[in-house]
Amino acid sequence: MNIHSPHIGLFIPCYVDQFYPKVGVATLELLENLGCRVSYPMDQTCCGQPMANAGYERDTIGTSERFIDIFGEYDYVVAPSGSCVLHVKEHFPKIQGKEEAQHQLHHKIFELTEFLTDVLKIDKPTGKFPHRVGYHASCHGQRGLRLASSSEMNISPFNKAKMLLENLEGLEWVELSRKDECCGFGGTFAVTEEALSLRMGKDRLEDHLAHEVEILTGGDMSCIMHLQGIASREGRKIQFMHLAEILNQAMK
Amino acid sequence: MSHPQAASEFLKDQAKAKWHDETLWFVRDKRDRISKSIPEWEDLRNLASEIKDNVLSNLENYLVEFEKNALKNGIHIHWAKDAEEHNQIVLGILQKQKCTAIVKSKSILTEECHLNPYLEKNGIEVVDTDLGERIVQFLNQPPSHIVLPAIHLKKGEISELFHEKLATEKGNEDPAYLTNAARLHLREKFLGAKVAITGVNFGVAETGEFVVCTNEGNADMGVHLADVHIACMGIEKLIPRRADLGVFLRLLARSATGQPVTNYNSHFRSPSPGKEIHIVLLDNGRTAQLAREKFRNSLKCIRCGACMNTCPIYRRSGGYSYGSTVPGPIGSILSPGLDMKKHSTLPFASTLCGSCTDVCPVKINIHEQLYEWRQEITKTHGELGKSLSMKLASALFKSPLAYKISGNVMRSALKNLPKSLIYHPINSWGKGRNLPETPSESFKAWYQKNRS
Repeated sequence: MNIHSPHIGLFIPCYVDQFYPKVGVATLELLENLGCRVSYPMDQTCCGQPMANAGYERDTIGTSERFIDIFGEYDYVVAPSGSCVLHVKEHFPKIQGKEEAQHQLHHKIFELTEFLTDVLKIDKPTGKFPHRVGYHASCHGQRGLRLASSSEMNISPFNKAKMLLENLEGLEWVELSRKDECCGFGGTFAVTEEALSLRMGKDRLEDHLAHEVEILTGGDMSCIMHLQGIASREGRKIQFMHLAEILNQAMK
Repeated sequence: MSHPQAASEFLKDQAKAKWHDETLWFVRDKRDRISKSIPEWEDLRNLASEIKDNVLSNLENYLVEFEKNALKNGIHIHWAKDAEEHNQIVLGILQKQKCTAIVKSKSILTEECHLNPYLEKNGIEVVDTDLGERIVQFLNQPPSHIVLPAIHLKKGEISELFHEKLATEKGNEDPAYLTNAARLHLREKFLGAKVAITGVNFGVAETGEFVVCTNEGNADMGVHLADVHIACMGIEKLIPRRADLGVFLRLLARSATGQPVTNYNSHFRSPSPGKEIHIVLLDNGRTAQLAREKFRNSLKCIRCGACMNTCPIYRRSGGYSYGSTVPGPIGSILSPGLDMKKHSTLPFASTLCGSCTDVCPVKINIHEQLYEWRQEITKTHGELGKSLSMKLASALFKSPLAYKISGNVMRSALKNLPKSLIYHPINSWGKGRNLPETPSESFKAWYQKNRS
């Protein structure tokens, strides 16, 4: 790492900051170990997604403007969350007078997986992770950021997370019956449509359990928090790790 | 009933809900497989989307062209601004014919207008001739799906219903046996009807003809035996040229049921000697939707139902949970335009997973429109409390200090509150899910200690 290498602003979503600091640490360490210059702007806050998805995008002008200002100085912004990155890209309200900075942000913000594969051009990471791993594709990452081809479309199949994980020594990638069905978290949906959310989460979990998944991973802790919450309530024997934690552990 | 209430009711019968999900997943999967057998599938979707864009941008011209050519072909054209006018026009034609019994093939538009109860009130017997529609008509229910109207019913339930209505053997659930009973029953109705009503899948502006797609041939059977054919058509059903049909017919059946093509794609151009064809062109809120920039392209919909089959919500909550004529994702972006208050919970009955958008053969950005409807609905129908609390949260997150404090408070509260409080029944997160274990410090605190 040298002072001239691109400067990455680390964006840690609020619920990751509060509930899953280890995912933030893994993301930071992983990027640092790959030679990146990374800083975490201390005064960052929530990106505003919960408000916007609940129908109050117009009340997020303040948080969006703050976000644009805070991350303005960085060459890249990277976050271990497809959902929050998609929100910043697609659902920030237009901020008057900051059009240029907002436009730049749109193109320099990346979800961690795509930053590794598309910017750092890592296709065959070296490392060891001898476990049976099931991948939960978060919808916002999958269909929003196109981190993987969706099963509905007739395009050449690809999956950026699979590309990274399947090269790790000993890792068994598990194909699910329904490879990209939503887990039912959906932000406020998890509480406003509680019965459905729970049913969807149970079904998703069942798919992983039926395929004897040992560790369920993904790029969004929000989905995983929901699935883990169900698994722990039901006393299921399955572990949960963010993709950053697996890569950081394997590539150390 | 709001969508969340209806969905929890539906989910109470867990075995049936699972069966419903799996049945529709089967159709979804079949569609996925057949769409992948067409190398140019995504190009077809683009083409269909662009043709419909063209239609919506020039709708007034295409409508005039369609009317002119249809009149030339000897078809009677009627214009209806809303459901009431539509129903009056249909009744007027029936009364002129002194007709008291009609057969009707599947038409979601007539469901939208509640034509059946209107005609029945006016002394006319209406028989739906699509098998699924006949089944739900026997039960006095609306269709629960626009392509598979009785998909919410199991074989056993249909067997029981037919035993009651058609005197079939009790307990005989053989589909071929039951279908044959329906066929014999419907044959009498076909022979007795002087007027047949159909929907319209596509109206061709350049020729003034229209196309009706069915799998059972019931539209043709009804129309050819009757003296008068009334075709009820939404004004958005137009395509410019006959040549464009190839694009849509290739997409429609594959998207709907995973078949290569619907069994009967019947073209109607001009009446046989001595017979009549009437087309009723209906607006009923469509021009209002056309004027809403963010929502106008919902009018591209060709009613294939693929968004319902792929929707993880629809599959687990059933068509009736939506309380709208068109259920599922597409219904949730069409219905608020008709009655925002009544349908205010529908755009929230989604995780915004985007599967509907990726499956849509005419590339309607359904999940983005769900998001946009949320923004509209909260402006006029937001509960004050919700609005305030969201504002509060937004204000909280605006100040880094407040966010830090609230985070600490939140974490220590989770640690110290008794479990019974966190998992109180009114706390809908905790009903079936545990909360994450609370870490000793936030990432921010860790970073401060270890990196700065």
